[in-house]
Amino acid sequence: MNVIVSLAAVIVLILLAIVGVGAIGLDYLFGVVIPYAAFLLFVVGFIYRIFSWAKSPVPYRITTTCGQQKTLSWIKSSKLENPHTTLGVIGRMALEILFFRSLFRNTKTEILPGPKVVYGSNKWLWLGGLAFHWSFLIIVIRHLRFFIEPVPYFITMIEHLDGFFQVGLPMIMLTDAVILTALTFLILRRFGPKLRYISLPADYFPLLLIISIAITGVLMRYFTKTDIVGIKELALGLATFSPVVPEGIGLTFFVHIFLVSVLLIYFPLSKLMHLGGVFLTPTRNLANNNRMKRHVNPWDYPVDVHTYEEYEDEFRDVMKAAGLPLEKES
Amino acid sequence: MSEDIKKPEELVQVDFKPPKKKWSDPSVEFKKGTYNFSALPGNLDYLSLYNPGKWYAPEEKWPVPENWQEIILKGLKERLDRYRSLKIFMDVCVRCGACADKCHYYIGSGDPKNMPVLRAELLRSVYRNNFTAAGKIMGKIAGGRELTLDVLKEWFYYFYQCTECRRCSVFCPYGIDTAEITMVVRELLSLIGLNIHWIITPAANCLRTGNHLGIQPHGFADSIEFAVDELEELTGIKVDAPINKKGAEILFVAPSADYFASPHYYTLLGYLALFHEIGLDYTWSSYASEGGNFGLFHSQETMKRLNSKIYMEAKRLGVKWVLGGECGHMWRVVHQYMDSLNGPADFLEEPVSPITNTRFENTKATKMVHICEFTADLIKNGKLKLDPSRNDQWTPTFHDSCNPARAMGLLDEPRYVINAVSNKFHEMPENTIREQTFCCGSGAGLGTDENLEMRLRGGLPRANAVKYVKDKYGVNILLCICAIDKATLPTLLDYWVPDTEVGGIHELVGNALIMKGEKRTTDLRGEPFVGKEIEKDV
Repeated sequence: MNVIVSLAAVIVLILLAIVGVGAIGLDYLFGVVIPYAAFLLFVVGFIYRIFSWAKSPVPYRITTTCGQQKTLSWIKSSKLENPHTTLGVIGRMALEILFFRSLFRNTKTEILPGPKVVYGSNKWLWLGGLAFHWSFLIIVIRHLRFFIEPVPYFITMIEHLDGFFQVGLPMIMLTDAVILTALTFLILRRFGPKLRYISLPADYFPLLLIISIAITGVLMRYFTKTDIVGIKELALGLATFSPVVPEGIGLTFFVHIFLVSVLLIYFPLSKLMHLGGVFLTPTRNLANNNRMKRHVNPWDYPVDVHTYEEYEDEFRDVMKAAGLPLEKES
Repeated sequence: MSEDIKKPEELVQVDFKPPKKKWSDPSVEFKKGTYNFSALPGNLDYLSLYNPGKWYAPEEKWPVPENWQEIILKGLKERLDRYRSLKIFMDVCVRCGACADKCHYYIGSGDPKNMPVLRAELLRSVYRNNFTAAGKIMGKIAGGRELTLDVLKEWFYYFYQCTECRRCSVFCPYGIDTAEITMVVRELLSLIGLNIHWIITPAANCLRTGNHLGIQPHGFADSIEFAVDELEELTGIKVDAPINKKGAEILFVAPSADYFASPHYYTLLGYLALFHEIGLDYTWSSYASEGGNFGLFHSQETMKRLNSKIYMEAKRLGVKWVLGGECGHMWRVVHQYMDSLNGPADFLEEPVSPITNTRFENTKATKMVHICEFTADLIKNGKLKLDPSRNDQWTPTFHDSCNPARAMGLLDEPRYVINAVSNKFHEMPENTIREQTFCCGSGAGLGTDENLEMRLRGGLPRANAVKYVKDKYGVNILLCICAIDKATLPTLLDYWVPDTEVGGIHELVGNALIMKGEKRTTDLRGEPFVGKEIEKDV
């Protein structure tokens, strides 16, 4: 049910672009106005979300420690899994963000007869996630070639590396193959009983949206005749705030750029904000130096405590009888 | 153990196939053995908490105030503004499912709402419905749920089926910590009077008398005195155990179970022997006689109230620093909260071991040292005469308690000590120790008799790892540094791994410690040392 709702949403979006451009001829709306609006909403939305998180303080230092703490000089502490310095935290965050360290720990628990509870290695999600995110990033960087003229060397270089295997003509990009494979894996795993049970439309929708974006991209690159020069003209126009919509760049392109626009708008409203959240998560981005350095709670307020005096007043007689020292004899 | 508890063969038949019923359906059945009794009115009054009178979870009608939804939503808003953790954890979960089979309750019960991801969704769905644009507009399609009485009951059931052990947060790619969410929901429930007996009673007792059991100062003094006498019988040495002594160098705070419960008691004997042998100038306090803090399981306010005693007492007695005993959640509070809650401890000195002159630089702000850090330093510096063969009756393994492992990283100190006092230590499998350690299944206030089935289910992964090393190496004692572990693991092991004992590290330290002038032939449990009984016969 949840997957059907999401699939329907994506199909409607595709049809919108086809009808809008193909039938009504709203080239300018889909080629310029919506992309501009989407980009603006993305930037504003993203910043707004980050600020709204940052506005809430971190009252306590609640690091999840995943290794030996820093204590006695002769005990080796785990500088990356349980960092006690800022440098260590940067290292830990880098491992987390660039290589998905925590996901790498993933195991699969099973209860075998005996009973025997076993924990098997389970790195598929880690691999699939990493493959998807890295290829997505590289593809985004590759796309910058449309927006910049002359094309900077590093983009050309990335493109060369990506097409390293030089299969066929036009050159097949490694990341195109990887992202489609990874996305297929990521959506198929959601159809397993456990994942299907916990998945919401908000889990299927972005996957289907990105799959559609990737497919339209691949179609343009390898299958349909696409006017690359026209697309570059449009993209460069957008980037330089002098938008033009050249004739004949093809419907597939408009579907592609419309879906990307939807992704940009949807991004700050959704779980995709994990891109920002992962930097701010207090269990990972704080040093475990709790007993070394005081951490102040900005909203701390006094509470009603039970003082020693009140305690002694209540128990003076029995304390006296037990020979315990007293502040006041009566 | 009560008659109606299922047999292990039966309990282990866990069905991981999700039910037909969607998770968004909040209805729960309060099955016997899987939930906790509600708090007693008198104790709520003592803590000045909202008191709804007597009630019982399985009953249809719950005594919530008329405007309860308003109170909860306002409370949630307040906490979203106070805790970045909560806000981020509400927003960024992608439901990848990596956490699902990391929870001991899920592994032991197969109930999908015990997957950390779904436990969090129980709150997240209400958050979406009331606090996000998507949820307000699209409701159910955006994964929103109305806050109904059934949702409230579901919260009470499932957020009291989380032991705040934080194992899920180790595996989450965004570090989402279910404990943060559970703590917030328990606070919200408490605002409208929904609390459990096993948290509120110890908390009220602790506020009044200084310990969970509500033992008054003379009772506390008696227990310590009794232990001193017992140690004299076992070793021939009369140790000094001062209470409320002003001007002592160190205040020692241990969980109260150490002096009231078994097998904790042998650890207490170990402390006493150790402190005597090194001539430590220390004192117990009858006022701050509880290291444990059930406030952690209730609300940050209650936690702060209970925790305040330690620094206040350290100041009154004029000690230089504080030493803390073997306790799990106590150490989460001390390490991650105490300074922020009740510091700064600027009236104390930076802890230095009076025996080795080691400066505990890692504690220079909070000024409280863990007994395992302290003892490891003593051993490393050769200050203790130890005969590990006096523990040869034991083949120990070590259970990392959740909080020292995942909120401190106290991993190698206890192992160093164990290896110095025992010849036969063996580790459990790597997915079940250190930062991946499994909860005892009874933490965070859930260690009650009425909740026994859930405890046994939650304890399965831990117990099963013990069984593994028992079968492989003949392990016969599970060592731990947590009072809740010591109180609840014996029941768990009796059920899943019979004939396995539970003990503290300082019990084994006490056994191995060669004391000047001692006359002893038995360990702290009064059992003859292995090998020595033969010599006696000859």
